[in-house]
Amino acid sequence: MITKRIIPCLDVKDGRVVKGVSFVDLRDAGDPVELAALYDREQADELVFLDISASHEGRKTMRDMVIRAAEQLTIPFTVGGGIGTVDDMFSILWAGADKVSINTSAVLTPGLIEEGAKRFGSQCIVVAIDAKYDPEEKDWLVYTHGGRKRTEKRVLDWAKEAVDRGAGEILLTSMDQDGRKNGYDLPLTRLISREINVPVIASGGAGTEAHFVDVFLQTEAAAALAASIFHYQEVSIKQVKAALEKNGVNVR
Amino acid sequence: MIAIVDYGMGNLHSVSKALEKMNHEIAVTSDPETLIQADAIILPGVGAFGDAMYELGKRDLVTILKEAARSDKPILGICLGMQLLFTSSDEHGYHQGLNLLPGHVVRFEGDYNIPHMGWNWLSFKHPHPFFRGLEEGHVYFVHSHHVLADNQEDVIATTDYYQPVAAIVARRNICGMQFHPEKSGKLGLQLLERFARLSEKAGAL
Repeated sequence: MITKRIIPCLDVKDGRVVKGVSFVDLRDAGDPVELAALYDREQADELVFLDISASHEGRKTMRDMVIRAAEQLTIPFTVGGGIGTVDDMFSILWAGADKVSINTSAVLTPGLIEEGAKRFGSQCIVVAIDAKYDPEEKDWLVYTHGGRKRTEKRVLDWAKEAVDRGAGEILLTSMDQDGRKNGYDLPLTRLISREINVPVIASGGAGTEAHFVDVFLQTEAAAALAASIFHYQEVSIKQVKAALEKNGVNVR
Repeated sequence: MIAIVDYGMGNLHSVSKALEKMNHEIAVTSDPETLIQADAIILPGVGAFGDAMYELGKRDLVTILKEAARSDKPILGICLGMQLLFTSSDEHGYHQGLNLLPGHVVRFEGDYNIPHMGWNWLSFKHPHPFFRGLEEGHVYFVHSHHVLADNQEDVIATTDYYQPVAAIVARRNICGMQFHPEKSGKLGLQLLERFARLSEKAGAL
């Protein structure tokens, strides 16, 4: 049976890893490709590069990084951030990325999902959703622009629409849990992963290996993403997988 | 030289780089003459079956590939490229394939995630030179359609996704891998290397 995937996420700005990384065994800890290759060796199942460059030059640097990553990695990787058109998708996919992830641009122009899926196939199109619970609405609402802007869309409705339009995967980030390191948002992840029939990547809140066990035992998430706990070597991918295996979760 | 068919269906960086690192001479090409001269052909592919056949036809490559198959030249189809080796597909209407192996391509149907995406276990079903000295392991799949081969002997490795799924097919010089060997860690690269190496020895496949 298919295994659950563990996915480190790297924030990249102007071709450099943003969050301080404390690996001692890397020649250049700021080089995203070198860090990615290390995760590859450590049995990461997939990688996400999130481009947070603001400038046009930064974006061009990203494309060069993708070419190098495609040459060196032996696992699939997704690139997100700043992808607003089918041409942007083309540029990144043809540089060697396996998937592109779109977030704000998909909300603003939902037709982009269809266009991308039609041209490159659904399996290439990841729709990333930033979700935050609204106590008045008693539901999760979609946020855009890196979490700065609230929309009136409900997360489940938007996830279903994204899948209908051709999204091959949903990257679901809980803004409530993100950075808190006290576990994934289980109710949110449970709801979305139960209701849609493409893989859901849980994101936001991982702090210990037990959090990975929880998200896979208590929801139907296909994958779990984490950033800082891997970068700061608080928990290794190996430890996460050992804990999952011990709890009967099928991993690579 | 191993020719990797470039017909506008998917990025070819990873496959070509992986083979270059193994010191194989490669050509990424859509030129019929280069394909005729190649020692082996790799047919990659991501996207829709019908589009892929259209793109191959537009470049006059359908006949070239059929002739190459008949002349015992090793051919490896990867992902959609493996599906194209078969008779036909149901993807967005009925489409004829290259028909180098008998069988039909159908969509996954059921109350489970589609596409089949991620790392899944590769089980060896029949002895094959590909597998000599290798152990079963996980490889990376991403597909919404799968092959129903007419002859079970052609399916030399399977994986399990709510049913047995054809993962490697092979009959003499015609081979296919449904997963992405270039994205499947060490085992994937070893299998790609096997194909490349066996292709250099006449009659090894």
